[in-house]
Amino acid sequence: MAHHEDTYKPGSRLEQWLDERLPALRMMHGQFVDFPTPRNLNYLWTFGGILTFCLAVQIVTGIVLAMHYIPSDKMAFDSIEHIRRDVNYGWLIRSVHAVGASMFFLAVYIHIARGFYYGSYKAPREILWILGVVIYLLMMATGFLGYTLPWGQMSFWGVTVITNLFSSFDAIIPGLGTKIVQWLWGGYAVSGVTLNRFFSLHYLLPFVIVGVVALHIWALHVVGQNNPTGIDIKTKSDSVPMAPYAVAKDLFAMFVFVLLFSWFVFYAPDYLGHADNYIEANPLVTPPHIVPEWYYLPFYAILRAVPSKLGGVLLMFGSILIWLFVLWLDFSFVRSARYRPIFKWLLVLFFISFVALGYLGAKPPEGIYVFWARIFTIYYFLFFLVLMPIVGVLETPSPMPRSITESVLGNKSAEGTASAAARH
Amino acid sequence: MASEVENPNRRDFLTVAATSWAAVGAAATLWPLVQQMNPDASTQALATVEVDLAPVKQGQAITVMWRGKPVFIRNRTTDEVKTAEDTPMGELKDALARNDNLPDSAAATDRNRVQKGHDNWLVLIGICTHLGCIPKGQSLGDNKGEYGGWFCPCHGSHYDTSGRIRKGPAPQNLEVPTYQFVADTKIRIG
Repeated sequence: MAHHEDTYKPGSRLEQWLDERLPALRMMHGQFVDFPTPRNLNYLWTFGGILTFCLAVQIVTGIVLAMHYIPSDKMAFDSIEHIRRDVNYGWLIRSVHAVGASMFFLAVYIHIARGFYYGSYKAPREILWILGVVIYLLMMATGFLGYTLPWGQMSFWGVTVITNLFSSFDAIIPGLGTKIVQWLWGGYAVSGVTLNRFFSLHYLLPFVIVGVVALHIWALHVVGQNNPTGIDIKTKSDSVPMAPYAVAKDLFAMFVFVLLFSWFVFYAPDYLGHADNYIEANPLVTPPHIVPEWYYLPFYAILRAVPSKLGGVLLMFGSILIWLFVLWLDFSFVRSARYRPIFKWLLVLFFISFVALGYLGAKPPEGIYVFWARIFTIYYFLFFLVLMPIVGVLETPSPMPRSITESVLGNKSAEGTASAAARH
Repeated sequence: MASEVENPNRRDFLTVAATSWAAVGAAATLWPLVQQMNPDASTQALATVEVDLAPVKQGQAITVMWRGKPVFIRNRTTDEVKTAEDTPMGELKDALARNDNLPDSAAATDRNRVQKGHDNWLVLIGICTHLGCIPKGQSLGDNKGEYGGWFCPCHGSHYDTSGRIRKGPAPQNLEVPTYQFVADTKIRIG
């Protein structure tokens, strides 16, 4: 893909002068204007662009918020209210940043689900997939650190619970977990010291994400985009230039996404948060019911489904890290679940489990909720560790089109494509 | 180069030695950057507090702060003490006393959870050993759990009147901090 024909022609003498010294415009033209994109991409392929947009929004609003926010246990809570009430347009910028985090995660879940459904992790996109999981982990860390900063009750107790996850390592080497937790806290409990370092890291990590995103896009542009059929681009008629086709589609999807984003920002800025976070952090009172932000709920449900502390922590981290291992667990040569009649439904069931775990993660950890959380947790791991490898071997794929063009235009064009391929 | 061919071991040794020394240098540079995150001198300095127990009547409990953590002090009723003492060891989930004043191997009998001669006074770090929430049970109206001690609302751990874990995901009994009676109704924690 990286080696498609170079059609860049400098339009002016200035561009020519630049091209001979730093061919940046030539690279941009080749990678983002002329780049061949499969002609059959659906709207699920617009989320890469949307995610880049989300990252930019978070960084811009975040930098501005940092000009007014005070990272101290005495001042943090008040400074957020100060931003919302006194700072010019602070209400808007803070809401965009807070809602933006949720929108970022909404988009990333759709993006990841797309990757699972169309087999975007399979060769030659393994590195692309691994970088994606790394970005997701960095996003989780950044989101968690950021949620600390308002220093409300949920901030404080969320940090307490999540950092305490590491104390479970005491079950492996006594004292190790406690040491790690005290190192993270900078004290014997969560305190203002903890807040300061979390602010510092919350500012740092988005730029690390930018770096990994650059690698992610680089890897994408080496191997080219996957598509709903999972078939490679074979001839010129299988692809269209990125601009204007894919760019226009991306922009349209982004506008729709921004509509939803704006609805939350202007009509329900606090809907996705938790009311308890408008009570200032109090180390002596635990809220009756601690819940993380909605986008962590499926993993929180897995944590609570396991009756052992260390076991729960390991399964929770394992539930994300297992995404890396699909590279070795899925033996099927067919990429797209569209042509995998059994796998498709197992995967849909997996998506349902994930959403169900999200629902259960918000419920109190008792009775029937724990029972169902266990059922869905079992399916979560059963899907990856047992069903995925077995189905990959046993399943007979349904008939596939011979090319991307045929999948779009039907059989009639396929002959034209075949002869074009022969001429090529 | 001629010398490399003639004396390859000497060259290899220099490379290995230089690289190892560079690794030592890198580790030494990293150390302060990692170490700065550990509890600092001012945090460690707040190591002891004294608490006057005289105003706490039987059946009442107070919470004091020590090292940024809540410490539960309960003046137990004779009933509560008796229930705790009569609990068979076999029913306990964690058989160790978790008392910083005793050796690590001490058994979790009620006697090992308090100071000798002060059976009614139970002093605990009020942090659930599961994921660090503050259990309920200090105030009169609180849900004290199925065993009449404390109940952690976060993930449903029940502690008995000796602060021992009886039901739920918490792995250990509530920790007893280092403390001593400096007078009949006064303790020093830490």
